[in-house]
Amino acid sequence: MTEDLTRSTVTTQEKVAKEEMERERAFREAPKMNKSPLHGMWALTNRDLIKWYRNPIQLIISLVQPVVWLGLFGKAFNIAGLIPSNIPGLSVAQIDLASFGTTSYFSYLAAGMLAFIILFTAAFSGMSVVWDRRFGFMNKAMSTPVGRGAIVTAKVLQSVVRSLIQAAIVLIIAVALGMDTTYFGAFTILGTFVMLFLMTFGLSSLFVMLALRSSDWQTQMAIINLLNLPLLFASNAMLPVSIMPDWLKTVIRFNPVSYAVDGIRQMLLGTNSAAAAAAGYTGVLAPLWVDFAVLAGFAGLLSILGIVLSWKLLSK
Amino acid sequence: MMNSDGNIVDVENLTKVYGGTLKAVDGVTFQVKKGEIFGFLGPNGAGKTTTINMLTTLLTSSGGKAVINGYDIHKHPTEVRRSVGVVPQEYTADEDITGFQNILLCADLYGLPRSDSKPHAMELLQLVELQDAANRKVSTYSGGMRRRLELASGLINYPTLLFLDEPTLGLDVQTRSAVWRYIRMLKEEYHMTLFLTTHYLEEADSLCDRIAIIDHGHIIKIGTPDELKATVGGDIIEVGVAEAEPDLSADIARIPLVKDVKKTDNTYRIKSEVGEESSIQIIDLVRSKGLHVTKISLTKPTLDEAYLELTGRNIREEESNKMDAFKQRVTMARARR
Ligand SMILES: Nc1ncnc2c1ncn2[C@@H]1O[C@H](COP(=O)(O)OP(=O)(O)OP(=O)(O)O)[C@@H](O)[C@H]1O
Ligand SMILES: [Mg+2]
Repeated sequence: MTEDLTRSTVTTQEKVAKEEMERERAFREAPKMNKSPLHGMWALTNRDLIKWYRNPIQLIISLVQPVVWLGLFGKAFNIAGLIPSNIPGLSVAQIDLASFGTTSYFSYLAAGMLAFIILFTAAFSGMSVVWDRRFGFMNKAMSTPVGRGAIVTAKVLQSVVRSLIQAAIVLIIAVALGMDTTYFGAFTILGTFVMLFLMTFGLSSLFVMLALRSSDWQTQMAIINLLNLPLLFASNAMLPVSIMPDWLKTVIRFNPVSYAVDGIRQMLLGTNSAAAAAAGYTGVLAPLWVDFAVLAGFAGLLSILGIVLSWKLLSK
Repeated sequence: MMNSDGNIVDVENLTKVYGGTLKAVDGVTFQVKKGEIFGFLGPNGAGKTTTINMLTTLLTSSGGKAVINGYDIHKHPTEVRRSVGVVPQEYTADEDITGFQNILLCADLYGLPRSDSKPHAMELLQLVELQDAANRKVSTYSGGMRRRLELASGLINYPTLLFLDEPTLGLDVQTRSAVWRYIRMLKEEYHMTLFLTTHYLEEADSLCDRIAIIDHGHIIKIGTPDELKATVGGDIIEVGVAEAEPDLSADIARIPLVKDVKKTDNTYRIKSEVGEESSIQIIDLVRSKGLHVTKISLTKPTLDEAYLELTGRNIREEESNKMDAFKQRVTMARARR
């Protein structure tokens, strides 16, 4: 079964011999197929990733938005100026520490932007399902023995890989633009990416799930807008919770994005440090372990739900 | 695997109801024999694609039974998918990657090892004469090339049974005859069984061993192309006899397969189920009476006439609903690109 098909110079004789060989192949039994329920999952993931990295324009465009936000709001606007600073004996650094739990609004926002890029990349994972349906590829995949769960998981995984790479790029840009790195270390950075992984896994599962029955990209676009803006603005990603009205504070507590951002700030910026607390920072949402627990629960629940629903809903 | 009667597909009362009311497929029953080309012939919206989708487990049926390759479509859908090949009506290849990569991707989805799928993919591309375009992005392919690529990907899992949904829809004459050639080759050289749907009468006539005429979700008649044509009333044989007397009508009518005899002057107009056989017997009969045949002609009815006879309508004048017509235009436009 391992004949080597040489495709060099072809004389008529060789051609006839080769044709004979091809016929032999066609008649013989199929090789053993991998029947594990996860087979084909990596092939599907890889297909989307190849298409992504072959088209760097897409990557660049997706990075423009968070970087503009960082430059515009993080650098140009002096948000700290909005907070009363006429308390005698307090320096600007201390006011920043009290308001944001770190040395500048820029650093504070940078952590939020990591969540921002994850949220937007994950949102488009559903769109990729819609395109595949639209262009028939989904039907091809569904006519093969590949598991429905594997199709869905592959869509989630490609989004996870993309969003983590994009988050890493945003983090590097933020550091280059002056993000505070005092608390950066192997464990805090690793912890941050674990947190981002859980967040993107849960969100991608959510958006893929919402797209399972849809072949209409306009509906999908509407769903993205409907969910993304509240998820982003009803969270602590952009502004400190302390300046928000009470009802919004309650909503924020139910938004998984808030816990991801809170955990990342604690790890990367030390917003839970004694110094921040001493300066009067009250923006910590929950202890770090709670942040992790909420995100792990969110990711676990939605990915399981996604797979279960795919068995029911993913058909022609 | 197959059941004892040599049927590779065994369908009983298969039904699909859309949205609770629209019976797209209404209790079809048929068998496909191992090694034959079986065709579903019917106009737009007849339920051809819906049937194929149920048999290939892409759609769940609303009722009935089907056993494919020995596997029940409801109980063992994964086994069914593993053992059959599918070439759907629409294009399914990923346009952003090459033809070769598309086939490899399919092979991965079947769980075939790369050590096998790489050479096999190349062979299949050769089979459909796409080897020169193997490493080009599919977005640069013409409609005919895409069709051939779909055919090659449908063969990657070494199927013994291949489903083809309107394999030549919207193709030009050359590509169509190439596709026909591949289909015949798959049957004759690779001993595959083929199930195809079409709404082209010539296609059904020249390719299929047996045809099921389907309309509004019902199978109207199943038979070989010749059997279907025979429903028109049979072949027409005209025999001229030098001697006007005696009248041979009664003797001719007694010949097996002859259905009807009419005599005008020196000419007999005879309807027969199998014209070739009857005409020889008629000549023998005339001569045995010591008379002389002056001329003989044999006219075969076409499948067009059979279709008209069976459905009461002409397939070309079929009024399809707007959505179906639109769907077809889209597929055809993509095919021509
Ligand atoms: N998803 C669906 N929901 C509702 N009705 C459908 C659906 N798919 C098909 N139909 C209807 O079922 C009927 C049969 O459709 P089907 O696609 O099987 O026909 P077909 O014989 O393949 O026709 P064509 O030659 O146009 O491909 C049509 O009336 C069609 O409008
Ligand atoms: Mg169809």
